[in-house]
Amino acid sequence: MGGILELAVRYRDEGADELVFYDITASPEGRSVDRTWISRVAAELDIPFCVAGGIRSAQAAEEVLAAGADKISINTPALENPKLIDELARRFGSQCVVIGIDSKFGEGGYQVFMNTGDPTRMSQAPRLTLDWVREVQDRGAGEIVLNCMSHDGVRTGYDLEQLKEVRAGCQLPLVASGGAGSEEHFLQVFTEARVDGALAATVFHSGSIRLPDLKQYLKANNVQVRQ
Amino acid sequence: MIDSGGANIGSVMFALERLGVTGELTRDHGRIRSASRVILPGVGAAADAMTRLREYELGELIPTLTQPVLGICLGMQLLFEHSDEGDSVCLGVLPGKVERMSAAENLPVPHMGWNTVESLGETPLLAGVEGQHFYFVHGYAVKSSECSTATTEYGGRFVSVASRDNFFATQFHPERSGAAGARLIANFLGMNQ
Repeated sequence: MGGILELAVRYRDEGADELVFYDITASPEGRSVDRTWISRVAAELDIPFCVAGGIRSAQAAEEVLAAGADKISINTPALENPKLIDELARRFGSQCVVIGIDSKFGEGGYQVFMNTGDPTRMSQAPRLTLDWVREVQDRGAGEIVLNCMSHDGVRTGYDLEQLKEVRAGCQLPLVASGGAGSEEHFLQVFTEARVDGALAATVFHSGSIRLPDLKQYLKANNVQVRQ
Repeated sequence: MIDSGGANIGSVMFALERLGVTGELTRDHGRIRSASRVILPGVGAAADAMTRLREYELGELIPTLTQPVLGICLGMQLLFEHSDEGDSVCLGVLPGKVERMSAAENLPVPHMGWNTVESLGETPLLAGVEGQHFYFVHGYAVKSSECSTATTEYGGRFVSVASRDNFFATQFHPERSGAAGARLIANFLGMNQ
């Protein structure tokens, strides 16, 4: 993968609607994201961007937002301390508080997992996914990114079944993550799971899907896109 | 750029730099009055922002400015007469009141994300970008105003661009609205006085 700034500029120019920067090993390693690059990215980007990884306090969130990020995304720290969601929403507004949820089907239904950036530290959180979705809404989250773990990285399409279930109980903007491998997968997730956004990394980094082509394809299939 | 405190204005400053213009953040009356362009940015709540503007006596200054002035997001709302957010009396430069947006089925409030802007006639601010997508983040809006120059649909129409004389305002964030937003800011900077 290239440098952060080069990638950010490339996706900006190709028409991405929003960028998310993940530091997925931050939580398992007990550290917060390195912030020096955030203001450099903020200077170049003219689209909203979100920073995720190890933000476990209002102080850390404030630093990331002050460096120029539009939103912060929290995952493991929200599970460890759910009140953090209330505090972030109260201090910075719901609009910048994104909750990332790693989820897959298990005993009793869809289950939430934490510390997923490190296979040796990953554990099941004491939450069912649908309950957690309801709880983060009630606590003031502004957006949910649902990463469907069993589909992540396999490029066989988004987890439409899970996304549909979560959509039914989610009044917040819902972003699908995990599984994109083709343009058709994006069309499916918008038309069948009715998500508000689709997130993908591998297919764009590898160049197997080009953003302008994808948007043209979605538009031709009556999905409203910004071009 | 008017420094009303609290607001995260970095992204507006960066947007100016990308257009080759250096902005200055200030609350000095002389600097503001002599600027060729004035931007009133805003993130946060109306009541806090009005309190700070009054504290620095900017509430009296802003309505008397004669150069092109652009209010962005909360900065737009402050230019109107009144906001329901904290029951705030605002600057009264533009006629109309700011109301809480009502949540509708599948349309959560705050309104967040990309949406289109339909202009109600020719307006120099929107030259070259009419009908394009802009990035919105707000929970309050002006439903109608005689100074409305463009509207947006989100569970009902609201004013997304307004103007009167030398005062211009956008409910969306042009600094986060890609090429269309950059063009709008360039239009503002390039206006004849």
